[in-house]
Amino acid sequence: MKKLMMTAAAAAVAIVATGFSATAAEKLKVGFIYLGPVGDLGWTYMHEVGRQALVKELGDKIETTYLENVSEGPDSERSIEQLARTGHQLIFTTSFGYMDPTLKVAKKYPKIKFEHATGFKSAPNMGTYSGRFYEGRYIQGVIAGKMSKKGVLGYIASFPIPEVISGINATILGAQTVNPDIKLKVIWVNTWFDPGKEADAAKALADQGADVIMQHTDSPAAMQVAAQRGIYAFGQDSDMIKFGPKTQLTAIVNNWGPYYIRATKAALDGSWKAGDTWDGLKEKMVLMAPYTNMPDDVKALAQKTEAAIVGGTLHPFKCPVLGQDGKAVECKGGANLDPGQILGMNFYVKGVDDKIPGK
Amino acid sequence: MGLLEAIIISVIAASTPLLLAAAGELVVERSGVLNLGSEGMMIMGAACGFAGAWLTGSTFIGALFGIAAGCALSLVFATLTLGLAVNQVAAGLALTILGVGLSGLIGAGFVGEKIVPAPHLYLPVLTDLPVVGKILFGQDGFVYFSVALVAAIWWFLYHTRAGLVLRAVGDSHTSAHALGYPVLKIRLLAVLFGGGCAGLGGAFLPLAYTPFFIPGMTAGRGWIALALVVFSSWMPGRLAAGAYLFGAVTILQLHAQAFGLGIPSQLMTALPYLATVIVLVLISRARGSAGSVAPASLGIVFVPDR
Repeated sequence: MKKLMMTAAAAAVAIVATGFSATAAEKLKVGFIYLGPVGDLGWTYMHEVGRQALVKELGDKIETTYLENVSEGPDSERSIEQLARTGHQLIFTTSFGYMDPTLKVAKKYPKIKFEHATGFKSAPNMGTYSGRFYEGRYIQGVIAGKMSKKGVLGYIASFPIPEVISGINATILGAQTVNPDIKLKVIWVNTWFDPGKEADAAKALADQGADVIMQHTDSPAAMQVAAQRGIYAFGQDSDMIKFGPKTQLTAIVNNWGPYYIRATKAALDGSWKAGDTWDGLKEKMVLMAPYTNMPDDVKALAQKTEAAIVGGTLHPFKCPVLGQDGKAVECKGGANLDPGQILGMNFYVKGVDDKIPGK
Repeated sequence: MGLLEAIIISVIAASTPLLLAAAGELVVERSGVLNLGSEGMMIMGAACGFAGAWLTGSTFIGALFGIAAGCALSLVFATLTLGLAVNQVAAGLALTILGVGLSGLIGAGFVGEKIVPAPHLYLPVLTDLPVVGKILFGQDGFVYFSVALVAAIWWFLYHTRAGLVLRAVGDSHTSAHALGYPVLKIRLLAVLFGGGCAGLGGAFLPLAYTPFFIPGMTAGRGWIALALVVFSSWMPGRLAAGAYLFGAVTILQLHAQAFGLGIPSQLMTALPYLATVIVLVLISRARGSAGSVAPASLGIVFVPDR
C-alpha cells in the first residue's frame, strides 16, 4: 500500500512538473526524463545542467521539456510515452532503470528518437550513452589509498548494477596500486536518493574505521558526515566542495552538455543514428573536480594517473584482472577487459570484502 | 567514542523524525481523522524549517517555521475534510502531492545553501560520562522534545478529561455529538496538532540530521510514520517502541553490511519493515487486543445534522 501510494504520488508529481516548454511552431521538441528532483545536486542536477547547456546552444531551434521525480521501472513507461505523445521527437531517458520501458516505448513509436543513459539495450531508434565513470573511480582509488591512514575505505553503494560494481572494482584496483593491503567496506543502501540514509551509512562506515568515504548515491549527505568527523570524502556526480571545503579530495563530474548538443544537432540535420556512446575523461564526458585537501605528491600522482588514462597508456581494467577468488578473469579485450565485460560487470575483483547482493 | 555508543546515537537520530510525525498522526487518528498527508506536511516542514533557520540563523526559529508550515498544510486538509466533508483518503493523498510540489518550489532557492546544525546539549561531567553520557545528555533539542511529546500524549490521552473526550470523538462521533461535544472543533485541533508534529519531524531532517535542504529529502518517512501508527495499535508507548525499533534495525543493518556479514543487502533493507511489523503484531497478540483496536470512527466523514 505504501509503495503504491508513493508511486501514485510520484507519478502525480511528475505530471504536475510538465509544461515547462515554450510554445513555438517548427521547433524540435526535446524531452528529458529525470530520476530525482533537478535540485538533488547529484545525478539529476547534472543532467539538468546538460539540458541548460543544450538550450543555451540551440535554444532558437529547439524547445525542451523535462519530467522530474520519475520512478524507475514499469511506472516510468507512462511518463516516457507521455513525452512521445506530446510531439517530442528526441527523448533522453537518464537513468539505468528506464532501459526496458524506453525500449518498449521506442518500439511503439518508431519515428521518435530515443537516447537512454547507462544501459545496454538499444533499437534502431534508441541509442545509448554513458560515461566511463570507472576512470574517475580509479583515480579516486589511487588518492584514497594514499590518503587513508587506517587503510580502510568506505563505499556507499546504491543498487547492484554493473555500473556501480565496476565503480567499486575500479576504486580498489586504483587503491591497490599504492597500498596492496587496502580494505574496502561496502554498504548497499538500495536507493539512489535518501539523504538521511546516505548519512547513516556514512556514519556507520566512519564508526567502523573507514577514514575515506565515497559514494554512488546522489546527495552530499555523506560529504557532510565526513566533514563533521574530520575525515575525507569524494563528491559524486557534481563538484560538492561547498559541502566539504576541507573534506572533498576531488569529485567525478558528469558533463553531459556536449553530448546533448551533439545528439540534438544530429537530430536537427537528419544525421542522427542510434549509437552507442561511451565517453570518458579523454572526451570530457567525465571530468575531475580540482584535486584539493591533499599533499602535493598525492596531487601529482592523481594528475599523472589522470593524464595516463587520457593518453591511453593506463587502463583501469588492464589484464590480468583477478576475481575475488584470486583467479584471473577471462580477458576478452586482449590487453584490457573488453567494453562488454565492463558494461556488464557482475563480479568483484580481488580485495573487495563484500558479496554482491543477490549473487 | 565506542562503536556501541555511536550506533545508539545514530539509532536515536534516525528514529526521531519518525517518532515526531507518528506521534502527531496518532492524536489525529485517535480523534477519528485519517490524514495520509504526513509525507507532504513533513517535506513542507523541512523546506520551511530550513528557510527559517537559514534566514535567521536560529535552529529554534527554523523549528517554529517547520511547525507553522505543517499546521498551515494541515489546515488545508481540515478545511477540505472537516469543513467540506471531502473523502479523507483522497484529501490526504492530495495533501502529500501538494506538499511535495510546494516544498520544491519554496526550497528551490535554498538548494546548495548550508546552515549550522542544531546544537547538542552539553552538561559538564554528565555529558562526559562513559557510554551513557552522550546518549542521555548530549542530544539535540529535537530528541528530548520527541520523547517528552510522546509522554505528554500518553498522559493526555489516558489521564485527562480532554483526552477522554478526544478518544470518545474518535470512537463514536455520533454519540460524542449527541452528548454536546463539538466534534469538528476537537478534530480541527487534533489535525492542526498532527500537522505541527509532522512539520517538526520534517524540519528535524535539514536542521539536525543532514544540514542542507534538497527537494524530496524526507524520502518516504511520512509513510513509515503512518504505518507505525497502525502497527502500534494507536498506543503511544508502542509507537515509541516501534519507532526506535525501526530506527535500530535500519542502522544495525548498515553496520552489519560494513562488517561484511555477507547477508543479501536487499533482505537487510527490508528488515526494518519486517522486524517492526512482526514485533508490533506480536505485542498486540500477546496483549489479546489484536482485533478492532482502531478508533471506530476513523476515516468516516462526520456532518453534524443540526
